[in-house]
Amino acid sequence: MSVVPSQYSLRSSTRRLTDRIGDVALRVITALAALAALILLGAIIWKVIHLAWPAIQHYGLSFVTGKTWDPVKHVFGALPFIYGTAMSSLIALVIATPLSLAIALWLSELAPGGVRGVVGSLVEMLAAIPSVVLGLWGILVLGPFLANHLEPWLHDHLGFIPLFGAPSPTGTGLFTAGLILTIMIVPIIASICRELFLQVPNELEEGALALGATRWEMVRGVIIPSTRTGIAAAIILGLGRALGEAIAVTQVIGGGTTISANIFGPIDTLASKIAASYQGAASGLEASSLLYLAAILMVIGLLTNLAAQIIVRVFDPLKGAH
Amino acid sequence: MTAVTPTVTLKPSGGLRRRRIVNRIMEIIGWAAALAAVAVLFIVIISVLVRAWPALSWDFLTKPPALFGPGGGISSAIVGSAIIVAMATALALPIGVLIGIYLTEFAPRRVARPVQLVLDVLNGLPTIITGIFVYGLLVIGHGQSAYAGAFALAIVMLPLVARSAQETLLLVPSALREGSLALGVSRWRSVIGVILPTTLGGILTGAVLAVARAAGETAPLLFTCSIFNPAVSTDVTKAVPNIPVLIFTYSEQPDQALHEQAWGAALVLMVFVLVSSLLAKALLARSRRKLGR
Repeated sequence: MSVVPSQYSLRSSTRRLTDRIGDVALRVITALAALAALILLGAIIWKVIHLAWPAIQHYGLSFVTGKTWDPVKHVFGALPFIYGTAMSSLIALVIATPLSLAIALWLSELAPGGVRGVVGSLVEMLAAIPSVVLGLWGILVLGPFLANHLEPWLHDHLGFIPLFGAPSPTGTGLFTAGLILTIMIVPIIASICRELFLQVPNELEEGALALGATRWEMVRGVIIPSTRTGIAAAIILGLGRALGEAIAVTQVIGGGTTISANIFGPIDTLASKIAASYQGAASGLEASSLLYLAAILMVIGLLTNLAAQIIVRVFDPLKGAH
Repeated sequence: MTAVTPTVTLKPSGGLRRRRIVNRIMEIIGWAAALAAVAVLFIVIISVLVRAWPALSWDFLTKPPALFGPGGGISSAIVGSAIIVAMATALALPIGVLIGIYLTEFAPRRVARPVQLVLDVLNGLPTIITGIFVYGLLVIGHGQSAYAGAFALAIVMLPLVARSAQETLLLVPSALREGSLALGVSRWRSVIGVILPTTLGGILTGAVLAVARAAGETAPLLFTCSIFNPAVSTDVTKAVPNIPVLIFTYSEQPDQALHEQAWGAALVLMVFVLVSSLLAKALLARSRRKLGR
């Protein structure tokens, strides 16, 4: 008769102990890392509000509607920058939305097999260009081109609309910022939408084509309706990026504090005003007003992002299609 | 028997022609849009190449900026950027991977979802706000420093690393996980010995993409690591020069010579970012193949 080696059971029990410790340790360490991310977001919100607190107490909410930003007279208001942020993002969205939907549809429906992957990667590469490089290009290449060609042309032909006022002499202004933002958000919206369009079940698409629909009618009748909420989320994500972009906008927007209907004029966005003043504000009040701008930007950025994420999570983009 | 007289006319109405034309127009718009995106990419790359060309030389890459007059290079900024990004990666990569492991291996659904939401919100937060946060946390009272800049970049990288680690971990076939557990291997050993090694490619991809993103980020550094300092510096308690801030400050100057240097630096940065993105893509393809997806 053989005896079960007692050595075996002994070793096994010690191993079980280290394993139990190891399991708990790994769980605790990873959970702490996740907790750190939650604390980080909380800390960011708390710290930015805390930094802006002196200005928030000084101005209250009237800061948001204040039209003047004059460091010499110590009068500070956020409205010009809120206007600049809204307008530059609006210009970017108006151009980028149809463009990126068209690119996404081309990539998912039209592109011949050979170039589909290549063009898809190139569009993603567009997103990888650092914003500071895009801004450099905007200020030295795109700006002069706009000032010499596109802006005078728009002013001559559409000048009766107050939006297209006198062209800017250097090519820096709201319109240039809008175009640079367009280049930045097109790849974001396009690549999300392409993924959405590829998820639409083939039977639905083929069914529509079999019923005699043209490709465009299939897109309009099947693909777009079944991915509508996803498209909305993608656009809001693009908006979030456009609202918060600081560097490239600072380089091309010209810097100004007057609200004017002319989109070729210089202005600042919330983010670009903060970035442009990084070398130090003259007075304490100006510094804390800049931090107030940062707090406003943070709240807008958080709300936009949260909205996009909630749309993605609550509405399954393909709920109707399954 | 009476012949059925159709109530609808079977003659073509001409509507098909119109529908075909609309379809054709939309197809052309699709082609034009794709062409426009590719064209913009090439225009940007080519104009950076053309304008950077005169600036490029061995000295440009190996000499610090000249204090007075023309000449000089960006070596100090290259060294500074490398230091900041390396420190940021050292901080963000392990924490990000740990978060990814927690989300896929341990977290119950009702905990995982808010954590994911927070990561996505962090990812979308304007990076200038990250800069302001670190400014308030580490710079006020202590001055700008390389570690403050690295901390800000790590915050930018963290959600990218964590999300990509999570996505790769989810691709691990459950057979592998269950096989390991069925052999009596404990949870932590199977995570470290079985699951992590198979996802190494995917995690590296995420890390490389995050590095590429961080290397080009300027906004988080403006308030944390932007004081002008022409000399090569490796002291992390002081602000070190770096490429994005150099491009930004030079582009705001009216001086032509500085513009040329900015273009040169932009080319260096862009080549680094685009090559890393391509590398990441290749790594991803390889790891997907290995996982059989």
